[in-house]
Amino acid sequence: MDVPILKQGDFLIATIQAALTDADLLQLRTGLVQKVVSCRARGVIVDVTSLDVMDSFASRTLREVAQMIRLRGAETVIVGIQPEVAFAMVQLGLKLEDVATALDLEEGLAHLSQRSASGA
Amino acid sequence: MTRIDSGSNTIPVRDEYVGIAENDRPTSVLLRELVAHLRGNRTQLREEWARRITEAKLLTAMTKDEIFAEATSVYDNYVEALETGTFEALQAYARDLSERIIPRGVETDEVVGIVLLLRDVLARSLFAKYQNDFTMLNRILDAYEPAANRIANTVAVGFVQERERIIREQQEAIRELSTPVLQVRERLLILPIIGVIDPQRARQLTEQLLRGIRTNRAKVVVIDITGVAAMDATVANHLVQTVEASRLLGATVIVTGLSPEIAQTIVNIGVDLGKMNTVGDLQGGIEQAERLLGYKVVAHTTETQ
Repeated sequence: MDVPILKQGDFLIATIQAALTDADLLQLRTGLVQKVVSCRARGVIVDVTSLDVMDSFASRTLREVAQMIRLRGAETVIVGIQPEVAFAMVQLGLKLEDVATALDLEEGLAHLSQRSASGA
Repeated sequence: MTRIDSGSNTIPVRDEYVGIAENDRPTSVLLRELVAHLRGNRTQLREEWARRITEAKLLTAMTKDEIFAEATSVYDNYVEALETGTFEALQAYARDLSERIIPRGVETDEVVGIVLLLRDVLARSLFAKYQNDFTMLNRILDAYEPAANRIANTVAVGFVQERERIIREQQEAIRELSTPVLQVRERLLILPIIGVIDPQRARQLTEQLLRGIRTNRAKVVVIDITGVAAMDATVANHLVQTVEASRLLGATVIVTGLSPEIAQTIVNIGVDLGKMNTVGDLQGGIEQAERLLGYKVVAHTTETQ
């Protein structure tokens, strides 16, 4: 299933709407990393609100996305991790270290705006 | 003649019939006799029992009069259970008795002890009554023992069940009371933890906190562990997990109130609390949380001056 990547001002928003296969995740990674420069985005938001499972591959891929996007000169925020998912993740040792997280899309946008405001 | 003959013939047969019945008298008849004996000697046996209870230093939490009053009703219920062969009334009484005496610190061994004493007192009175008729004594005991054992069982089990019910209720109450997630300001939650944290409680705590973060849209959480007396590796790891899970929801956690002992334990265990935000006391924690959220608390008087 394709994940749409939308441009909203200076930011890119990718909303994951259903469980993704590993191939879908890799495609999302490629898409985001390409678009972040081609769209001159300063921040990327990955919305995982509708995911009720986050396995180690998904969590590692999201971490890689964040690191690659940082190297491409932008910030990444993962938003909408469900409480149950968060609890399961820490129990599996999937901590998404060094990746910014926020409660929902609104919070994520606020976080990025603040970052770019203080960076500017 | 024939009539008389037949009559004289039948008499020994009947005698024999009655004789067989004497030997095989059903347990219920024996029990009825037993119950009549116990009713007849009620006062004396009850007093003997109460005396033995005091002597054995059982039910020390109760006064002599109370012991005697309880002994009377236990005795009557006991005899009734023997008579009717139904244990529902006794069970209900045992539960009621337990409910009354458990808060006064009566222990399981005391309850079992007094029932066994009563069993002993009654058995002795039976020995005394039938000491000249050994076969009869044997048969009476055959009828008495199973019933008495069942009564002892019923009372003991009733007591233990009542105790367990109380313990379960209290555990539930503690569990419900123990993890309040409170909002002190917009987007700021505090979670005061008091008492012992076991893995089950830690899990519940984390779940409640994560749900609280979502519903209150919290950005900062202050976890105050002033009320936690001790912490081991498991609990410390749970705390770290809670902090990390909260971060995944986009909330920052500040832990406050680590006692010197807990600080020492954590250093000794080597749990990595490096990424954890810790502040000395709850006040400091809330102040830092307010700074993070951009609040500024200004005293009203200074502002107007």
